[in-house]
Amino acid sequence: MTAAGPLIEARDLSVHLPGAETMTPVIDKVDFTVGEGRTTGLIGESGSGKTMIASAVIGLLPEAATVSGELRLRDEELLTAGEKRRRNLRGHEIAMIFQDPLSALNPAQRIGRQVGEILRRDGLPRGEVDRAVVGLLDQAGIPDPERRMRAYPHQFSGGMRQRAMIALALAGSPSLVLADEPTTALDVTVQARILRLLASIQAARGMSMLLVSHDLRVMSHVSHDLVVLYAGRVCERGPTKRVLGRPRHPYTKALLASVPAVREASVPADPLPGAPANPMARPSGCAFHPRCPLARERCKVEVPLAREIEPGRFSACHFAEEVTP
Amino acid sequence: MTGLVIRRLAVGMFVLWGAVTLMFALLRMAPGDPATLMLGPDATSAEVDALRTELGLDRGVFAQYLTYLGQIARLDFGDSYRFNLPAMDVVLDRLQATVELTVTATVIAAVAGLTLGMLAGYRPNGRLDRTVSGLTILLQGMPTFWVGIMLVLLFSATLHLLPSSSVGTPQHMIMPAVTLSLPFTAIVARIARTSVVDSMQEPYVQTAYSKGLSRFQVLTGHVLRNSLTPVVTIIGLQMGALLGGAVIVENVFAWPGLGSLIVESVANRDYSVVQAAVLLIAAVVVVLNLLADLSYSLLDPRIRTGGNR
Repeated sequence: MTAAGPLIEARDLSVHLPGAETMTPVIDKVDFTVGEGRTTGLIGESGSGKTMIASAVIGLLPEAATVSGELRLRDEELLTAGEKRRRNLRGHEIAMIFQDPLSALNPAQRIGRQVGEILRRDGLPRGEVDRAVVGLLDQAGIPDPERRMRAYPHQFSGGMRQRAMIALALAGSPSLVLADEPTTALDVTVQARILRLLASIQAARGMSMLLVSHDLRVMSHVSHDLVVLYAGRVCERGPTKRVLGRPRHPYTKALLASVPAVREASVPADPLPGAPANPMARPSGCAFHPRCPLARERCKVEVPLAREIEPGRFSACHFAEEVTP
Repeated sequence: MTGLVIRRLAVGMFVLWGAVTLMFALLRMAPGDPATLMLGPDATSAEVDALRTELGLDRGVFAQYLTYLGQIARLDFGDSYRFNLPAMDVVLDRLQATVELTVTATVIAAVAGLTLGMLAGYRPNGRLDRTVSGLTILLQGMPTFWVGIMLVLLFSATLHLLPSSSVGTPQHMIMPAVTLSLPFTAIVARIARTSVVDSMQEPYVQTAYSKGLSRFQVLTGHVLRNSLTPVVTIIGLQMGALLGGAVIVENVFAWPGLGSLIVESVANRDYSVVQAAVLLIAAVVVVLNLLADLSYSLLDPRIRTGGNR
């Protein structure tokens, strides 16, 4: 880890959405960091608020949402920055890769035009934009980029579309790329290739990445640090290897147990008992307590705060020490 | 693509046959006959009968219908009783004035409707949106003949700015074209608004925002083109309805087009002219609808280039 501070630091980050009567905190006081040149993974079941956090970082939350807490890019507080400043950061400092590349690309525009749009708007002459686009598509692993840049998104395969989306995100040379389930919509065989590509581009460019996924195996391959989310709160966070090697929160442990081991004899994986909590109607105390094997009276009443269990590792469990490996 | 055109043309022929048949039946059901009207009140019944025989009106209606269909198949549309000219010549003579009027009205409606629709869809439920919605309801609710008369009262009778009727200068065009375009503008505006609002929800719009584009840049650079398809369709479909509206507007402003010709010819039971005019209008509508369908492929590359993935 470098000595410099993190690229992104979120503290007590909350996002409120209008509920039945009051504004409900769908993201509730979340802390996390994304280190310079590192990848932080946000993991959790659907509805845990992963995408909402990514939207808050790039500043594209739904209009009805309100956001509070602190969110810093290097030394700059983003939540109080003006809309114009946030817009200038978008694409240039913070870019985003979306889950479904087919719907995330404009069906009526050629790939090259979409990838190069940010450069064109920055005032680069056309020839230079085209050269840059060819380079970006090439870097994203699209063969024959001079010809392919003139194709429309529907003429690409799923994997090629996601590569084009990656090229589009890289066009503004961002410091941080948000990848929202970048492989979920793809075939399994293509997933691995796209993940390797993302990891290699991240390393080669020394940029940071915030990777959103529900897939632990994706995380174990790509992310350096892990943030485990449940119902809009952080359960635990720390370096990926240590978090997955020795979970300090019953939810992380349960997530690990639910991943089927492919090569071993087909012992059915332990599914998590019960349904994921809804952040719009979170259970009292620790949101995980209705599904937690360690739950006691205290868990139903008192919201656990994140504690530093060991250097760089935080757990929001009252009984973190009791979580067995 | 060629298959589509052929299929649509076949359906179009069927539509033309229906229009011709309906018009034929309606004209024969209406009271009065051309011979009486042509000869005037002083004619003897022998004279009327002679003329009816000459015109072929003494035969049964069904026999007349079959003869008529046979003539159309040979592109013979009969003669005008009133002008003693081939009916289609009379019709074509008036066509240009109507085309000028409807095309101008369509251009006004397309430009104004699209602009209003985009303004309304820019911020759904905003003040502008509510204003435009109110305006479109008003425009659609006002009957054309009333709007035309009100415009004449205001701009011709009171302000003396524009001529109240007839043709000649571009100023003559303004009031009829605007009158004709108003309800059309309202329809285009509403379709465009819905389409813009829908397109704004698409994921590629989020991508465009993630590039740091402003709302206006997203609207003009990404949303506009993708929301055009339903707008072009409705323009194609509504141009047909516009020809119907032209009948009223042309009569209000004494515009010498097809619409006023049809009204005059119905009053004089000039069957052939009415039938030829209706057939021509029906043919124009069929072609416009086909063009609207074909325009999809120009606007949407997914249809144009096929899904060769």
